[in-house]
Amino acid sequence: MKLKQLSVFLENKPGRLTVPCRALADAGVNILTLSLADTQQFGILRLIVRDWQGARAILEQVGCVVNVTEVVAVEIADRPGGIAQVLDVLEQLGLNVEYVYAFTFRHRDKAVLVFRFDDPDAAVEALRSRGVSVIGNEELYARMG
Amino acid sequence: MTALTDGPGVIHPASAPDFMPAPQLRDLQLRRLQAVVRHAYDHVALFRHRMAERNITPDDIRSLDDVRRLPFTAKADLRDTYPFGLFASPMSDVVRLHASSGTTGKPIVVAYTQEDVNVWASVMVRSFAACGLHRGDIIQNSYGYGLFTGGLGAHYGAEALGATVIPTSGGNTDRQIMIMKDFGVTAICCTPSYFVHIMERAGEMGVDMKKLPLRAGVFGAEPWTEGMRRHIEANSNVKAYDLYGLSEIIGPGVGVECRFQAGLHIFEDHFLVEIVDPESGEPLPKGTPGELVLTTLSKQAMPMIRYRTRDLTAIDPEPCACGRTICRIARIRSRSDDMFIVRGVNVFPSQIEEAILRVESTLPHYRIILTREKGLDEVEVQVEVTPQVFSDEIRALEALRMRLSAEIERIAGIRMRVRLVEPRTIERSDGKAKRVIDKRDL
Repeated sequence: MKLKQLSVFLENKPGRLTVPCRALADAGVNILTLSLADTQQFGILRLIVRDWQGARAILEQVGCVVNVTEVVAVEIADRPGGIAQVLDVLEQLGLNVEYVYAFTFRHRDKAVLVFRFDDPDAAVEALRSRGVSVIGNEELYARMG
Repeated sequence: MTALTDGPGVIHPASAPDFMPAPQLRDLQLRRLQAVVRHAYDHVALFRHRMAERNITPDDIRSLDDVRRLPFTAKADLRDTYPFGLFASPMSDVVRLHASSGTTGKPIVVAYTQEDVNVWASVMVRSFAACGLHRGDIIQNSYGYGLFTGGLGAHYGAEALGATVIPTSGGNTDRQIMIMKDFGVTAICCTPSYFVHIMERAGEMGVDMKKLPLRAGVFGAEPWTEGMRRHIEANSNVKAYDLYGLSEIIGPGVGVECRFQAGLHIFEDHFLVEIVDPESGEPLPKGTPGELVLTTLSKQAMPMIRYRTRDLTAIDPEPCACGRTICRIARIRSRSDDMFIVRGVNVFPSQIEEAILRVESTLPHYRIILTREKGLDEVEVQVEVTPQVFSDEIRALEALRMRLSAEIERIAGIRMRVRLVEPRTIERSDGKAKRVIDKRDL
């Protein structure tokens, strides 16, 4: 019930983000969501795409260093307090979040939080036991239509 | 075929002089030294004048120790007498000229008679033999052919060995890999940094280096480190041998490692070895590190007497397990020419390479940028990020950067800024890698 996320190393300078995005665009790959973490020197582009193996090959072909990470996607209600509710559960479970980012679907009242945990398997199990809706690849793409 | 290899108890016949009994070797060296000093004295004005200044003549060379009475020759002497001022043979006897790249100003020119070319081939044969190569091997020679001595030096040696030579020269890496695979290449000659690039490109092309018959690499023309050797040997079936040489002396083939890979055996019957204090020029006791000084004992067209190589090393006084009687020097870790001075500290690129490879056994693609900011020297070491070290977390990458920085400071004794850069952003060279970019206006 984990998602595969692609991470790409980028130098922090103008135009660097274009290379991976352009390569995916040219290959007709739709980016479901992305997040960018950066420092003064470098950044990490994190991507969720449907065909992560294909996208990885495309990115490597244009010379990107790509890492595949397992992340946990949690479905929440797209309304005030939706995130806070899940974070309360995490706190109670004592789960440490490395990073998190969010996205929403079109025409739905749900949003998705993408979490990176130290131990994603344990996190999935714990979250489920508390009734949190953890969604995998298939469910995610089924919801996308 | 195996009977000819330089393995346990089996020696290539061409290697016989490497095992000459010491007294016989010293006797041969003395006779050759006397002859070469006489030859240079008779035909090279600069050398004759310097001998005269010291009140000595060739007759004063009565023992090998008397070499210390002779004047040094420096690289500047070759530049000052450009192009032919140090030639000791008439042009009608010179069959070949080579020249250095001459990055600053005029190049230096070196000359060979037919006999010199033959000696050069013979020391290259002995070099290949020490690396366990022989007739039947297919040697891909990726040293640049042309004015640079690497290409033709290795080429003539490989042919004289009886091996099959493929003169690919440098460049066009994809074709190099295709040939390596399709022709069943068993050995390659090139700079170690170019071989690292070949391995990297082969991976991208889907060629598994470990499935190729390539088993030996004769690497030279630039200083490299044990870390680099570990990297090469872990990622291919190649046993990586260090080959030493310099154009001023003869080109590649001055010395080479044997299968024990424990320092460079110098072909002493042709090259007399001294280690001196790089500052004072005073001879140093055996085993003490210093500057390597070489005298060519058989060169005709352009003898070099007490040539200051600028290479720092030490004689290893212990006999090598291979049984060679010729002397052995420590791997050249640094050329004083490559050294740069930052905030008063002498730094060698090899120190930085060693530090990087210690932290992560990853591709040693790095570059050193020197700048001056507000009158203060700044060093930035750029290291390419590889899939092996790339982490999804900023924290882990920052920690990697810190570890690199700490290791560099520990080895080089100076703090440098480390910048992680994207793969393939550091220029690949098919010859000598350019590691240091000095943007300071000194």
